[in-house]
Amino acid sequence: MTYIGSSVKRVEDKRFITGQGRYTDDIVLPQMTYACMVRSPHAHAEIVNVDISHASQMDGVVKIFTGKDTDAAGIGGVPCGWQVDFKNGDTMKEPPHPLLVSDKARHAGDAIAMVIAETYAQAKDAAEMVIVEYNVLPAVTNSKIARADGAPQVHADVPNNLAFDWELGNPREEVDAAIAGAHHVTTLEFINQRVICNAIEPRSAIGHFDTAYDKYTLYTSTQNPHLIRLLMCAFVLGIPEHKVRVVGPDVGGGFGSKIFHYTEEALVIWGSNQIKRPIKWTAERSESFVTDAAGRDHITTAKMAFDKDGNILALSSDTFANMGAYLSTFAPAVPTYLHGTLLQGLYTTPLINVSVDAVFTNTTAVDAYRGAGRPEATYLLERLMDTAALEMGRDPAELRLQNFIAPFDGVEQEGYQTQVALQYDSGNYAPVLKRGLEMVGYEQFRADQKAAESTGKLLGIGFSTYVEACGIAPSAVVGALGARAGLFESAQVQVHPTGKVSVYSGSHSHGQGHETSFAQVVADKMGIPMEDVEIIHGDSDAVAFGMGTYGSRSLAVGGSAIVKSIEKVLEKGAKIAAHLLEASVDDLDYAEGKWTVRGTEKSVAFGDVSLTAYVPHNYPEGLEPGLDFSSFYDPANFTYPFGCHICIVEIDKESGVVKVKRFIAVDDVGNVINPMIVDGQIHGGLAQGIGQAFCEGAVYDESGQLVNGTYMDYVMPRADDLPSFEIDRTVTPCPHNPLGVKGAGEAGCIGATPAVVNAVMDALKGYGIHDVEMPVTSQKVWNIIHGG
Amino acid sequence: MKVPVSITVNGKQYDKMVEPRLLLVYFLREELALTGTHIGCDTSSCGACTIHLDGKALKSCTMLAVQANGKSVTTIEGMANGEELHPLQEGFHMEHGLQCGFCTPGMIMCAADMLKNNPNPSEEEIRHGLEGNFCRCTGYHNIVKSIQYAAKKMA
Ligand code: FES
Ligand code: FES
Repeated sequence: MTYIGSSVKRVEDKRFITGQGRYTDDIVLPQMTYACMVRSPHAHAEIVNVDISHASQMDGVVKIFTGKDTDAAGIGGVPCGWQVDFKNGDTMKEPPHPLLVSDKARHAGDAIAMVIAETYAQAKDAAEMVIVEYNVLPAVTNSKIARADGAPQVHADVPNNLAFDWELGNPREEVDAAIAGAHHVTTLEFINQRVICNAIEPRSAIGHFDTAYDKYTLYTSTQNPHLIRLLMCAFVLGIPEHKVRVVGPDVGGGFGSKIFHYTEEALVIWGSNQIKRPIKWTAERSESFVTDAAGRDHITTAKMAFDKDGNILALSSDTFANMGAYLSTFAPAVPTYLHGTLLQGLYTTPLINVSVDAVFTNTTAVDAYRGAGRPEATYLLERLMDTAALEMGRDPAELRLQNFIAPFDGVEQEGYQTQVALQYDSGNYAPVLKRGLEMVGYEQFRADQKAAESTGKLLGIGFSTYVEACGIAPSAVVGALGARAGLFESAQVQVHPTGKVSVYSGSHSHGQGHETSFAQVVADKMGIPMEDVEIIHGDSDAVAFGMGTYGSRSLAVGGSAIVKSIEKVLEKGAKIAAHLLEASVDDLDYAEGKWTVRGTEKSVAFGDVSLTAYVPHNYPEGLEPGLDFSSFYDPANFTYPFGCHICIVEIDKESGVVKVKRFIAVDDVGNVINPMIVDGQIHGGLAQGIGQAFCEGAVYDESGQLVNGTYMDYVMPRADDLPSFEIDRTVTPCPHNPLGVKGAGEAGCIGATPAVVNAVMDALKGYGIHDVEMPVTSQKVWNIIHGG
Repeated sequence: MKVPVSITVNGKQYDKMVEPRLLLVYFLREELALTGTHIGCDTSSCGACTIHLDGKALKSCTMLAVQANGKSVTTIEGMANGEELHPLQEGFHMEHGLQCGFCTPGMIMCAADMLKNNPNPSEEEIRHGLEGNFCRCTGYHNIVKSIQYAAKKMA
């Protein structure tokens, strides 16, 4: 059968297109109450007094909890899951992140009280009547300023707001010396601005304590239910893990922001036991803006040195990474092991040094957002490449081709050892760029560009080639790098007596279509129809364990765990089949759902074997009944997708309006199970990457207010801001996992951003500028053109 | 202080007592348990809550339930005819116009109105018509194709 590689329509669609998706906020439990958080309007303020006396008396109010209550209950803060220590070996500064703050608010949106009432409207009314007396302090939102002496201190015991500093690569002196002696050096100082993930479903959590069983259930909009359970039980609430069920039902997009363990999850669980009733909390959008972990927010100075022929000699980069007010779950890994380690890019750069200062500020926490560190690395490298090409009078495509690492498949040729710790698994970089050039019609474009000059329009082309790292692993390696969790995945393949199959996966689908693509894998590998396979995920009472979905890992890691379990099922099935056929296991072939004695017509069907496994009357001696296997798969390495993105922009000289005219993406994500789904993942990633380049970006004022914290003020791409995308791929299989897949979830978002900015810079090359700050708004462009 | 309303939803009349401040979207989701209509924002910007009021697309978070008194509402739950999907529902399935599905009901309701007024829209017209609806997953590429699919089928 050939499900693998075909664009099977998604089996999960039906419930969504008919309005039957079941998201957390759709769930209603008997006796449920509703919570509204009282949040600090100030970015930095001591809490002098919290008066709940009036609010407590209001209609429908069930209970109000403040930081005093959570302190008295001895509840810990939400933990950080990754430890990156200082260069000198000192331990990372990890100040507590309380569920409700009692001493001071450290960002606008920090929660001070949870008001619980019979309805949400009543909870909200009462929250407005909780009177908090503040002593407002000066705030700092910019990581570079926060790092300097004399800046406001976010946490009393973190000098210079420095959570940790970090360095990787070749010795700095060597790199600096190579840069100093180079023929040409391109330097960029830039801000990779903070963006808000903005999954369209706002975060939501329901806590339910069932007194009959002394058991908690948390329904939450999460990408990784088991991880939330572990963190919440072991580090926050100290409740037994086997007495907690976490369900991530249908989740309306994640993009990273729903990986992390949030305070509200622990609050509704703890609170539900206090009041012995379920509590639902659902964020309003403006609440999401100030509480969902954001992305990016780097201030970077980077230098790339070249010899006279255009060969890259060295790269250095220094970054201030904004952590926000607290360390979110994976935050320390993002600017370090997911960013610094990617600065080899696809180039043979022999000397690289990267250094990062991770800094606290009075802003919402920053953590992984689609791509997590790799978009920042790609932006850094690819802006440098196009700028260098412009400065040296070289063609940007040629300059890249000249510096690409030679092809290696990871089988015949070894993986590529970078200067920054990673070993790439397989790569063949020139074809993606060449295919991109072909698709765009490069020569014709340059002619059109010239011709457009007389029309009041400016055309520009921008390139971006990238390599990224997915399926973060193996556990021992990431553990050595500071991860406090393993990064394997588990899967159970349960064959029912009738030959139908339930697969329990630790990966979580929140738009990725696992119910389809995983079922394709299972059906193909087992030789049965897809209709006979169901993929179950997202419920810790159903799925034994799981690490969840992020870092484009589901198929590479979660899919591989499924394959391992299928192998075990078929191995045992063969023993049963051999018994039934009175043949030796070695003489059997398995294909199209039956075992056949080689060279004969004698066969037994999968369904007969499964039935025998559960009705073992005529059965191999000593073999256990049943046909049901679990596996844990811990990958040998990351996977390394790569690709080439090319953007064409058109700028209207008079208005400065930038239009993305064409966007070409050629990605190599290894083998592809469902091309339709992979294309969809690329499309979505491109839109987010392009969005960062030309419209998105969090803006804070001096007092630490997020001034564009609503959908009216924060600009995200809408349908008429984007073109239809032109996409293609090459296939370089991953050599170290059974499916040969690499991961496609983030690629679009990783490559796209610099391509857009490079295109704008190409269009504006006559204006003598060197860089333009993202987002590249019409106003900025108009100012460049008209000298405003 | 609750007030009576009588609203017909997906062909069925509901008589309820509601708070005057109750938004139509909460009426649908909480009073009628029609949770296919979603809430994605608090500024009427995302379109996840789009329904039809007397046949015209409307963001149900911009209207009070009492303002819908005596009127007729269609939600995503009322789009299919029994087992037979609406051409737009089919289009979104066939062209992979949804990923997480959260924006999808709003997109379908918006597009249904669009196609009523313009049965054969160009790509540009479709993109313009979707201006009030956010999707964070699909990059809109396949949503456009889904609507084209439906337009063709309905022609
Ligand atoms: S919820 Fe109505 S437009 Fe966003
Ligand atoms: S499909 Fe997820 S927001 Fe549109």
